[in-house]
Amino acid sequence: MKNMHNTKGGRIFDVLNIIFLGLLGILMVLPFIYVVAGSFATEHELSTRAFFLWPNTFSLESYKYIFSTPAFMRSLLVTTGVTIVGTFVQLFFTFTFAYPLSRRNLKGRNVLLNLVIFAMLFSGGMIPTFIVVKNLGLIDSYWALILPIAINPFNLMIIKNFFQEMPIELEESAKMDGCTELGILWKIMLPLSKPVIATFTLFYAVGIWNDFMSGLLYINDSSKWPIQLLLRQITMSSSASSALSNLDPNYIPPEQGMKFAVIIVATLPILIFYPFLQKHFAKGMLVGSVKG
Amino acid sequence: MESTIKEISKKKQISAFNHIRQNKWLYILTIPGLLYFAIFKYAPMYGLIIAFKDYVPFLGISESKWVGLQNFQDFFANPDFFRIFWNTLAIAFLNILFAFPAPILLALLLNEVRLKVYQRAIQTFVYVPHFLSWTIVVSLWHILFNLDHGAITEIVLSLTGREIDFLTDPAWFRPMIILQSIWKEMGWGTIIYLAALAGVDQEQYEAAIMDGAGRFRRVWHITLPAIRSTIVIMLIMKVGSILSTGFDQFYLMTNQLNRPVADVFDTYVYMMGITNGAYSYSTAVGLFKSLIGIILVFSTNRLAKKFGESGLY
Repeated sequence: MKNMHNTKGGRIFDVLNIIFLGLLGILMVLPFIYVVAGSFATEHELSTRAFFLWPNTFSLESYKYIFSTPAFMRSLLVTTGVTIVGTFVQLFFTFTFAYPLSRRNLKGRNVLLNLVIFAMLFSGGMIPTFIVVKNLGLIDSYWALILPIAINPFNLMIIKNFFQEMPIELEESAKMDGCTELGILWKIMLPLSKPVIATFTLFYAVGIWNDFMSGLLYINDSSKWPIQLLLRQITMSSSASSALSNLDPNYIPPEQGMKFAVIIVATLPILIFYPFLQKHFAKGMLVGSVKG
Repeated sequence: MESTIKEISKKKQISAFNHIRQNKWLYILTIPGLLYFAIFKYAPMYGLIIAFKDYVPFLGISESKWVGLQNFQDFFANPDFFRIFWNTLAIAFLNILFAFPAPILLALLLNEVRLKVYQRAIQTFVYVPHFLSWTIVVSLWHILFNLDHGAITEIVLSLTGREIDFLTDPAWFRPMIILQSIWKEMGWGTIIYLAALAGVDQEQYEAAIMDGAGRFRRVWHITLPAIRSTIVIMLIMKVGSILSTGFDQFYLMTNQLNRPVADVFDTYVYMMGITNGAYSYSTAVGLFKSLIGIILVFSTNRLAKKFGESGLY
């Protein structure tokens, strides 16, 4: 290993490489730092300075504004609720199905596994799924943001594999003690799966929080919009303030600033959980050797 | 002889029922999952038959009348067909050309870093965009490339004097899409390649150095072959999804002005199906896209096997 880098050419390459990777890393987060800085800046500064990483004048006016608008608060509440409930639903459905599928003595196991795998490769598509959701009467229901995505077949297989790897002695000794399958799952398997549960909790939560398409397809009532839809309305329509108003005719909303502030709030959960995601994902992703 | 066989099979039958009764929780636990797959995975698959019908919501799926391949014919005859096919293929081609190698190159560079702490630090940074929603990414893009006060637009203006409308100019649509894809997924994409690279035997490198191999030759002869299988499998999966551009990114980036180059299969299905209510027609388009994808995956998989790779299955 040492010999590789001791030539002159090798050292130059190493230095350039380190610089290049450093710049790349910065480039990945730079737009974000700009938005953070801009969210704490005054409207005046945003319209006069093209790009900055630190506001000249610190101001909370953008945040104050968006937290005063009913639309934003509602959307935040909706998204938080749907994310919490949805994560539990996803964990419940995925883990309860993964466990039996991991038991070799399950009758019809191969049939079920093939059904799951087939569903990974082929799907009805956007429109047939929409029709199913519509016929279930879930349009404009928050459950439409949760149920259609309750199980991700990829994740199901990863967790199934994880359960499969568990030593069979645990199961056998529990059975000898008269434990039912439910007991085995609840008292033995799940406590041992804490890192996997943690990983998937984070992934599911991030997935639901970030979900734009479900809201677009199934929620027509704008008062029920999850935050991704509100965000799009604010940042991509010609007049942000029409999408987000605090109904006070005397107050001039910070058009630019509110975009920055909403982006930051919409990304906050992900940024907060990111260090935890970092810690767990590598293990979780390689458990089933499937890219997330 | 026959009675023995009957006895044995009867025993097996009783065992099956007994088994289920004894392990009833094992089967009860499958119920939520089964319900989910039945309702939200397989019922829509059944719903695909509306591609061959003239589906009217009021009549329901079974009562709507059959029209055979009419929806497909309508699609092929539609002047949009060629445009959408071409748009989708162009993006896919650019994706494979630029966005596919990016994580591989980055993984190779990261692999060369001796200080593991630094390597992990860089990884932490480049993984971030993957966790952002497309809505956030496109919102960032709007803020940066906005014609009026986008930061990058201003920089370009001051450097070249040209005011480029990155977000609406059709000529910039594809570069913007590819740039976004690379920014968002390049970092995350390195995971699988780094994992493959970690499995390379260090002794091979040392032997190569003793034989006088320079860094480039070492990469060419040792590193790349080590991740060749991974690259091939990833490429197969990429080709299989060649017509799937992903909905969110394109929906958010498409506007009236760049629509001629922006319309792809996924957004077209949405527009025709949800916005215009042409359920059967859009389902036919979607089905067509899926079938082509399946054919492509199988063909590429076959091709890879011919070249000695293990393939996806």
